[in-house]
Order: sequence, then structure tokens, then C-alpha cells
Amino acid sequence: MSAAHPLAPEVPAGLAVAQPLPDLYPPRKAYGRIHRTWRRHPTIMIGGAILVIVALMAILAPYLWTVDPTAISTSRRTRVPSAQYWFGTDMLGRDVYSRVVYGARVSLLVGFAVALLASLAGLAIGLVSGMVRWADGIIMRIVDGLMSIPPILLAIALMALTRGSIENVILAITVAEIPRVARLVRGVVLSLREQPYVEAAVTTGTRMPMIIWRHILPNTLAPMTVQATYICASAMIAESILSFIGAGVPPSTPSWGNIMAEGRALWQVKFYIILFPAIFLSLTVLAVNLVGDGLRDALDPRMAKDA
Amino acid sequence: MPDLKESALLSVENLQVHFRTPDGVNRAVDGVSFSIQSGETLAIVGESGCGKSVTSMSILRLLPEPPARLAGAIRFEGRDLLSLPEREMRRIRGNAISVIFQEPMTSLNPVLSVGRQIGETLRLHQGLSRKDAEERAVEMLALVGIPEPRRRVREYPHQLSGGMRQRVMIAIALACSPKLLIADEPTTALDVTIQAQILDLMRDLKRRVGAAIMLITHDLGVVAEVADRVVVMYAGRKVEEAAVRDLFRTPRHPYTRGLMGAVPRLGAAERPGAPQRLAEIPGMVPSLKTRIDGCVFAGRCPSVTDLCRSHAPALEPKAPGHLAACHYAPKDALAA
Amino acid sequence: MFGFLVRRVLAVIPVMAVVGLFVFSLLSLAPGDPAALIAGDQASPADIERIRASLGLDRPFLVRFGEWAWRILHGDLGTSIFTNLPVTTMIGQRVQPTVSLMLVTLIFAVLVAVPLGVVAAWKAGRLVDRLVMGAAVLGFSVPVFVVGYLLAYVFALELGWLPAQGYTPIEQGVGPWLANLVLPALTLGLVYIALIARVTRATMLDVLQQDYVRTARAKGVAQGSVLFVHALKNAAVPIVTVIGIGIALLIGGAVVTETVFAIPGLGRLTVDAILRRDYPVIQGVVLLFSFTYVLVNLAIDLLYTLIDPRIRY
Repeated sequence: MSAAHPLAPEVPAGLAVAQPLPDLYPPRKAYGRIHRTWRRHPTIMIGGAILVIVALMAILAPYLWTVDPTAISTSRRTRVPSAQYWFGTDMLGRDVYSRVVYGARVSLLVGFAVALLASLAGLAIGLVSGMVRWADGIIMRIVDGLMSIPPILLAIALMALTRGSIENVILAITVAEIPRVARLVRGVVLSLREQPYVEAAVTTGTRMPMIIWRHILPNTLAPMTVQATYICASAMIAESILSFIGAGVPPSTPSWGNIMAEGRALWQVKFYIILFPAIFLSLTVLAVNLVGDGLRDALDPRMAKDA
Repeated sequence: MPDLKESALLSVENLQVHFRTPDGVNRAVDGVSFSIQSGETLAIVGESGCGKSVTSMSILRLLPEPPARLAGAIRFEGRDLLSLPEREMRRIRGNAISVIFQEPMTSLNPVLSVGRQIGETLRLHQGLSRKDAEERAVEMLALVGIPEPRRRVREYPHQLSGGMRQRVMIAIALACSPKLLIADEPTTALDVTIQAQILDLMRDLKRRVGAAIMLITHDLGVVAEVADRVVVMYAGRKVEEAAVRDLFRTPRHPYTRGLMGAVPRLGAAERPGAPQRLAEIPGMVPSLKTRIDGCVFAGRCPSVTDLCRSHAPALEPKAPGHLAACHYAPKDALAA
Repeated sequence: MFGFLVRRVLAVIPVMAVVGLFVFSLLSLAPGDPAALIAGDQASPADIERIRASLGLDRPFLVRFGEWAWRILHGDLGTSIFTNLPVTTMIGQRVQPTVSLMLVTLIFAVLVAVPLGVVAAWKAGRLVDRLVMGAAVLGFSVPVFVVGYLLAYVFALELGWLPAQGYTPIEQGVGPWLANLVLPALTLGLVYIALIARVTRATMLDVLQQDYVRTARAKGVAQGSVLFVHALKNAAVPIVTVIGIGIALLIGGAVVTETVFAIPGLGRLTVDAILRRDYPVIQGVVLLFSFTYVLVNLAIDLLYTLIDPRIRY
């Protein structure tokens, strides 16, 4: 005890000193910074790592021992996986491995494009709705109406109007996702408007764009980022569903949904044609969802304890 | 002098409660001992965060483990509650030991009727039927002074005022005639007039039911009014214990003296030379997440010495029945 | 209460009006000539002209919308371009499989998801919680049809326990009916279970922190009763809400699930209609699904008063 205090006075004789009590928990190990981040946000780290790998796969597709993903060959139809055809070949003799690697491009493009477009459009609509009283009623009626159409059904209905192309798929899914973002942004704006510092800014004559830029936007950023990751995940799923029922990207473009749609007819005998793209798609969506959950916990302290 | 521990209804021995938190272990209670005799009212006093509520929660074993970890012993009628199986423990909760919580507004379940919440205890511990339990619930409501008990028994908590809700809490706690009633700041959340009513009610009911009361409070006025004996806690430790009169007459620990200085006293300002302001204890309660080698009060003590900072004083008798943990507390001659 | 009821029911009207307007204007929103679009690539100019006339595309938009809405209010959803049958008849033929599938899924999913969420909240941070929540994230990440084919492959093809495809009407016996629905319901239920379990867990975590839960424990109430009576009753409103909102997932999922399991329901009808660009059918199905969704959520709003005595309209 006294070793810790070299200047401690001599203990007078007969003085009653309390005996130290045991620790009920063993002392904690000290962790380095990376280890600490890992322990706090393991989901972001895992999800981020998977996403980086998938992104590299999409960018480097031509150099990953792939062949032309659209090359048709009648002589090598429906081969099982082997050293030559890692994931086998499909009904038209196309190399499933190459198609899966190239398919990452479509999924990532659709996921991120929809997340970005829906966020921007939703932000604009939500801001107008939250700031401009007379517009709010009209916009919210429309949003309510659109939200009462199940999103996949909405996207399917929109795709039925147009020829299948990646742009149209992105647009259809975006329209289906916008109402949710608009609702979210409007909610944040309305609650911020009640805040004393925003009211003060309004009464002191700060101009509207300034208020939005300084007070509203920074506060919508965190919930919108989380929402955007979830939109990215559900857009990838939606793309695969659209392709799967034949209302998505054109069959010539390799997308994970397309490969599975083509494997559909053979699912009872050549299950691997569905299995390989399914694993890649699920892992990628899982990674985005993990990042989303991690961001939600990190950005919203109230939710963190629920994690 | 008879061995108090042997005859005690409840005796807490060297209780330690530590919590694991993201940034270290919180030693919320560290080596606290006290006992309560049948029919006695013991007050546990201290600032918020001193570990008094944690102590009461550990008596009923209501702290989730982990993050909490408990050591020591809590003997109730001779049985160590800390080693009792959960089934046995449930039979004690709300039956032999019951609690009145601090927050009457939030401590009642908003979606269950008042009658059901009182009756539940009776059905659990006395095996009453739903009908009999409701009948008893009406009687209990009448006992705690709620008008029109037959109508109120069907109502939900949000239909009652704060004072009435606390009366319902008392009715729940007393339904099974407990031997020990733990009252955790029972009046803090209430208006002053209602505070007095609730205190009167508790005193009255104690006479009728004969329960021992463990009163947890930071309000010395309440202590002086209802307690027999007082335990003063600071930073998870017991720093002083005495009969209520001894404590108020000669507080021996500097922290207790500080607490009493912080109580507004009627007419205090008129006395010549008396301090015009309410005394405050300077400084902050130390973090319980690091080990404290010396006296826990050293950081705020007006008469601190180097000895205090390096060596924690043991809790020892300073007068008959009067314990204090301070190297410099005045010590009377003790009977050998 | 009555006033609220009237107001809440009236609020459905503008929502359905927007849905109707959207569904109707789908055709006009499409780039290019809608009649040509519907007719397809191989259509002759005469075909296109015939379709244009049958859709009344030569008259002003608002007039057409008015007429269309008027007919729908009288229960006439138009005639299929492909089969020439009334859309209501086609829907009527396909209702039973879809309603069966959704009801079985709903009941099964709620019975599984709520206890899972409650246990996860109770054991928050422990292994059970991590497993349940991990499974939930996975459930959100795997597309419905992949789950369907996996289940069909394992339980129908490999193990042979259940039929892989098709639907048996309930009139032919509850046993065969249910046997055909087990795999589709599992498939369709997965995302729904994940959603409900997550919301249940989050709400229960909040409720378990409340003072009245501590009071219940201090009274000696057993763990099961603390969780499922004292806490769950307080968590009911958000859980019931998400069950209602999640119906949207069920509807979207049914379209895919019925395709995977070759169930002749409304979802299959939707997919066929889209592939054939059979517009009146698409409009009818989207309207019907949305109307059901709105009605279910209206019913749930009214249910709140029964769950929570504090809510009074």
C-alpha cells in the first residue's frame, strides 16, 4: 500500500486502517486503437471489408481469370463446376463464374445509384414539405398514397411501362424508395423547427437557405446516411427480384438476378447456377446491411444500446 | 450486549456490488455492513450515486448479473439471500420483503388495472383466486386511504394522481404483510403536503403490520422524523452509523457534518454568527471506477491530511453504538 | 371515439385517390405510345389502333380518369387485353391461394417472431441475442426467391418431405392444403419474421428498462410473466404497427414466392400480366393490394384502443 505513496506519513501505532477489498472483476486488458474500433463497431468493419472486396471484383472483372460473360457456346452447355468452369456453365454455355464476377457491376451500380438518387430526391421533397406549409399537405397526401403501394409492386408496375434497361431499373426502384426518405427528412425538419436555436434564427431574420444550410442539413445527414445504406441494400434485392421475374435488366447483361432467372428452369437439376450468384448477392447485401446497422449504432446514441 | 447479528431480521455483511461498464469497473458498493432488527426503522442516507439504492436492489437480487457482480453476504432470517436459488428468491420478493419505489408515476404498469397489480402479489404468494384477490385489493386500497376503492380498483394508473399512485404502491408492498419493507425515496417525487401524508401513512401502517423498514433517502428531515437508527453512505461505503438522536447531536464523520450543514434549519439565520448561506460540501463525489487507496472523502474533507490520502480509515466504534470511518473523529471512552 | 372513427375512415379516401390516380396514369407516364407499348413489337398498326380505341386513349386524360374511377367504384376493373375476361373474374379465380398463403405466413411469422424478439431482448448481448439478430440481418439480405429455391431443394427434392410446387384448394382437405403452403409460408415469412423480431427486440429493450418492470420483479413475478405479460403488453403498440406495415413485404414477397412455387395466385397473375403488358390486370391487382394494405392498417389503428388503455380517441 505505502509503496504507491512514497510521501505517505508513518502510520501511528494503534491506528485502525481499512483492509483493501478484492476486485470482483479481473482487470481489463488494454487494447490498441484498431482493436478498440473492432470491438466497438465489428459490423462496420466486417461489412466494409466485404464491400471493398466486391467493389474490387467489379472493377477488376476482366483480370480475374474471366472469359467473355456473354459468349454463347452450344457445345459446352450446362457443364457442372470443374477446374475449367469454376461455377459451371448455363443453358447457353456461358461461363457462370465470369457472369457472376461481371454481375457485381450491375448490383453495385443499382444499389449505390438508387441510394444516391432516392436520398437526394427525398431530401429535396422532405425539405420543401417540412419548410413550406402549404406544400406540405399536398406532398404528404401523395407520399401517403405512394407508400400504400407495396414498394416492390410499385417498381414492378413502373418496369411494366418501359423496356428493360439498367437506367429504367434504377429509376423504378428509386421512385419506390423516395417516399420513405421524404417522410424521414420531413420528420427531422419538423422536429428541428421546434428547437429554440432554429426559432431564434427565424425571428432574427436569418434567410431560409441559410437556416437550411446551417441547421437543418447537418442534422438530417446522420439519419439519412443510415437510411441510404438500407436503401442500397433493398435496391440490390429489388434489382434481383425484377430481373428474376423478367422485368429487370435485359437478359444479355449479366446481373446476379439475371443469372438466377436463367437458372430457374433448371433449378431441380442444376441448382448451382442459382446457388453461386445467390451467395454473392446475399453476402453483398449482408455487408451493406451490416454497415447500416453499425452506422445506426454509431450515429444514434439512443439506438446504440439496442444493438 | 446480545449479539445483534444473531437476532437480526436482516444483516448485510461486507457487501460489494461492482458493475462492468464500457469504461471500467464501477465499484458502486464496496464493503458495506449493517443489520436491521424486527420492527426497527433503519435509514440509509447519502447523496445520489452513493450506492444506497444499489444496496437495496441487491437485497432483493434485482440487479442483472452481469453487468453487476455481488460479493459478501445478505442474511434474512438466517438464510443467505445471495446464494438462494432464483425460485426461492421469488417467493421472498413482494412477500417477506417488499419495496416501495421512488417514482410513483412510472413504477406502476400503465396497461394493467390497479386491482390486478395489487391482486397479483396476493395470487402469487397466497394463492388467492382472481375474485378473492380483487376483494382483498379493494380492502388494501381502503387501508391506504384511497376513496371509492371499489371504483378505483378497476382504474388504470394514468387515471390516478401522483399521491394516489404512491398509495397504490404502498398497498402493493403491504398486501402480503412483509417482515421487511424497503422504501426507496418514497416521498421524493411528491408534493410537500402529500409527502407528509405518505410518511404518516407509513408510520401508521408500520404500527399495524409490525414490519421493519429500511428507509433510503437523502432527506435528513424525513430521517429525523421516522428513523430509529441511521447509516450514512458515501461513495459506496458506510462512513457512519448511529442511533438517530446520537447522529444528530454528535455527528462524528466530517461528511455527516457536511450533510447536516447543508440542511436549511428554521431560525438558523437569526442566530448571531450563524452562516447566512446553506453550507455546501465543496468538490465532487470521486469516480468509483478507479481504486481509491486512502479515505474516499479525502478529496472533499475540510480537515484532510496526508494520512487520509494514503490510508483508508477503518470503520470503528467512536462511542457506544456509534461507528465512524475517520482517523480524526472524536472518540469517547468506550466501555471495556 | 365515433368522431375519430369517421375521420380515420374518411382519411382513406384521399390516399386511395392518389393510388388510383397513380395507377391510372402509369400508362400516360410511359415514354412513347402506350398503345404500341401494350401491343408489343410484333403488332400491326391495326392492332395498335384497336388497343388505342379499347383503352379510350383518344380522349382527354381527366375525362378518362373520371370514367375509369366511376367504373371502379361500381366494382368494374375493366377487361383483360389478353384473355378478354373481366379483371374482377380473373382476380376472383386467384384470390384463394394468395389469401391462404398470406394468412398462414402471417400467423406463423407472428408466432415465431414475437417470442424470438422477446427472448433476444431478455438476453440482450448474450449468445441467443446475437444468433437471433444475426439470423435477422441474414433474413433481410437473402432474396425471397433464393430462400424459396433453397427450401424447395432441401425439403422437397433431397428429403422429399413436402411437395415442391403447386397449390391444393382448401376444399380438397386441410392437410394437403397446408402441406403445399408450408414451404412457401416459410419462404415468404423469413423477411417478415426478421422485421417483427427486430422491432419486438428494440421495443422490449426499451420497456424492460422501465420502472414498472422492476416493480413486477420486486413483487416476485416469474420471469416468463414479467416478459410476456408485464413487458410485452406495453410493447404491443409498436409491434402491432410493424406487423401491419410489414404486410407490404408480404405482398411484394407473394409475387415472387408464387412464381417460385408455381402457386396460381394473385402474385403469379401480376407477373404474367406484366410479361404480357396486360394493363387493366396490372392496374386492378395493384389497386386491390394497396386497398387491402390501407384497410389492414386502418384496422390496426383502431385496435390500439384495445391494447393500451391510455389511448383514447
